[in-house]
Formats: sequence, structure tokens, C-alpha cells
Amino acid sequence: MRETEDEWTGLMRLAMSGDGAAYHRLLKAVTPVLRAGARRGLVRAGQPADQSEDIVQDILLAVHLKRHTWDANAPFAPWLFAIARNKLIDALRRRGRRVFVNIDDFAETIPSESAAETAPASEIAAQLQSLPARQRDVLQSIAVDSASIKETAAKFAMTEGAVRVALHRGLASLTAKLREP
Amino acid sequence: METEQLIRTLAADNAHRARPVGLVLMLALLSAAPISLAMFFVILGMRPDVMTAMHNPFFDMKFVVTLALAISAIAVSLHLSRPEASLRGWGWLLLIPAGILALEIGGEMMMPQRLPMMTRLIGNNSRVCMTAIPLLSLPLLAAALVGLRRGAPTRPAVAGAIAGMLSAGLAATLYASHCTDDSPLFVATWYTIATALMATLGGLVGSRVLRF
Repeated sequence: MRETEDEWTGLMRLAMSGDGAAYHRLLKAVTPVLRAGARRGLVRAGQPADQSEDIVQDILLAVHLKRHTWDANAPFAPWLFAIARNKLIDALRRRGRRVFVNIDDFAETIPSESAAETAPASEIAAQLQSLPARQRDVLQSIAVDSASIKETAAKFAMTEGAVRVALHRGLASLTAKLREP
Repeated sequence: METEQLIRTLAADNAHRARPVGLVLMLALLSAAPISLAMFFVILGMRPDVMTAMHNPFFDMKFVVTLALAISAIAVSLHLSRPEASLRGWGWLLLIPAGILALEIGGEMMMPQRLPMMTRLIGNNSRVCMTAIPLLSLPLLAAALVGLRRGAPTRPAVAGAIAGMLSAGLAATLYASHCTDDSPLFVATWYTIATALMATLGGLVGSRVLRF
């Protein structure tokens, strides 16, 4: 467990210094752990555990947009779990549930066994439709068509800078829309 | 969208760097400061005997107290903008201005006084003080909340309340140069009430706008 945490902290340091591949690896590594925590929280609140994927995505978006609040000298896991708890509480509240988030829901770096019994997430896909066309196109190109920033720029006759701006704005407005009740 | 797809998209955005919360907070406060300053000079202005007043240590100490409040509240609010942070180990910073005031009150008690204690406490400006500090605070509170929105406070009401104290500390620094009541008893009473008012307002607004 200790080793996992140290590995995460190392990857996050690399990510913050501009290493996109390390960032990708980190997000992939934490996702099953976040999923396990979200499932525990849902079960505790008397909700079906297979609804965890929207919460996982919500947490990932928050991690991404708030990663500048992580102190590179501090371990990454406590920061991550604090964000995760906050998002789980939010999600349960929006479902109108009395909130019992046990601190332990997010405390261990143990991943969930399998994602097989998890229903697909739907909230981001739904909100994607309400974004400005340009942001939506760019997000879809990178997320769904797995195009790079360069390829996306060529496809829409945009500069790479404009693609980056649209990408970041799109992610920020998605997050803002998900927060609306 | 599949989580795998979302992760790829987030990784593609890794080059984007957000400005640190502290920098955004400072820029926001600096842009709101002229509004509070303008309000201060138009409505109140400095007291006419400010040059003589500066020789009175109790006048000067008012600024020490209000700046101590502002600075410690800035430090605590920046700390709370990190999600894993709590007040533990940091809350005591907010007691520094109270401690200075307590020492001052003790010092004043030991000196011979022309005016009785209650007269010094009630002063002549309590109503102006209670109106002016919150009024001058408002632009600064708004700015502080804008800055702190960049952070990720998991206790938004507490962070908002500290932002209220921060704005009150800065506003009180301006107001102190207008006010002719220099007794620490006056400061401990009326400045504190004004600060509590702003902390309450900040907490109420913060619990809404500082969620992330």
C-alpha cells in the first residue's frame, strides 16, 4: 500500500512537470481504487453499487481541474481521497440521500476487483450535448475518436493553441454543468 | 463517455497550468483594493489629527492588530484551499490578533486613564465603526471569494468565514486611520463585532460559491 502511494506521488510529480504519459498512467492507476471507494459509499447510502461510474468520472474531472492545489512535497493519496470524499458526498446529496460518507470509503489503495458489474456513466455524455459546438467537437475528437491535439487541429482547421483552449474550456464547463443540481 | 476516454482527454489537457491560488487571491484583492480605498476617502477620510495620533502607541497598535488579522486570515484561507487541509495546527494563527489585543488591554489597564473604562469601550464612533468596516469589506470579500474559488476547499463555509475575516482585517486597517477611538477596549469590542459580521456573511456565501 505504501509502495502504491509512493508510486502515485512520483507519477503526479512527473505529471505536474509536464509529463502527459505519467499523468495518463496515474489516472489509470487510481481509477479502480476510486471505483471501489465510490461503490462502498453507494452501498452504505443504500444505493445500487453499479452507479459508481458517474462518481468516478466526477472525481477525475475535479482531480484534473484542481491539481494545482496539490503540494508537490506532500503525498498524493490524502489529497486524492479528500477530493474523492467531497465528490461522493456531493453525488449522494444530489441523489437526495442522507449522507454517510465513512472516511474509510476512500482510505485504501485497493482497487475494485472488476468493473464488469458497473453500469456505464451517462452524465458527461448528456452534458456534452449542451456545450458550445466548438468545445464539443474538440472533446469528442480527442475522447471518442482518440485523435491527438495535432490531428484535431487539422480536422477542424484550428491552431493547436485554439484546440488546447477549447479542450480546457470544455472540461471546465462540463464540470460546472455536472455540479448544477 | 467511457472512463478510459475521459482519462485520455484529461491527459491531453495536462499541458494546461492553472495559476496558484495564492497568486489569484492576491491579484483579486489588489484589484478590489482601489474600490475600498475610494469608498474610504470619499465617505470617511483620515482623521485630521493623524500626524499627532501617530505618536500614540495605541493608535499605531490598531494597525498591528488589524494587519495581524488580515495576514493570518490570508495564510489560513490559503491553507484551507487545499482539499486535505483542516484548521488543525492552523486555527491558532487567528488568535494572534486577539492575543495582541489582550496584551494591549492589560497595558492600558496599568496606565493612569483620564476616562473611565466603559467610556473608552463605548467610544464615540461605535456606530460608524460597525457600518464602515463591513461596507469597506464587501469588495474585498467578493475578491477573496473569487480568488479562493480557484482552490478546492472541502469545508467551503469555514473557508468563506475566514475570507470574511480577511476582508474585515483589511477594511479595518483603512478604517482605523479614520477612527479617533484608540482604546484597545474599543477595538476589542466594535472591530470584533464587525469582523464577526463579515465572517458570518463570508461563511454563508462561501458555503455556496466555494464548493467545487
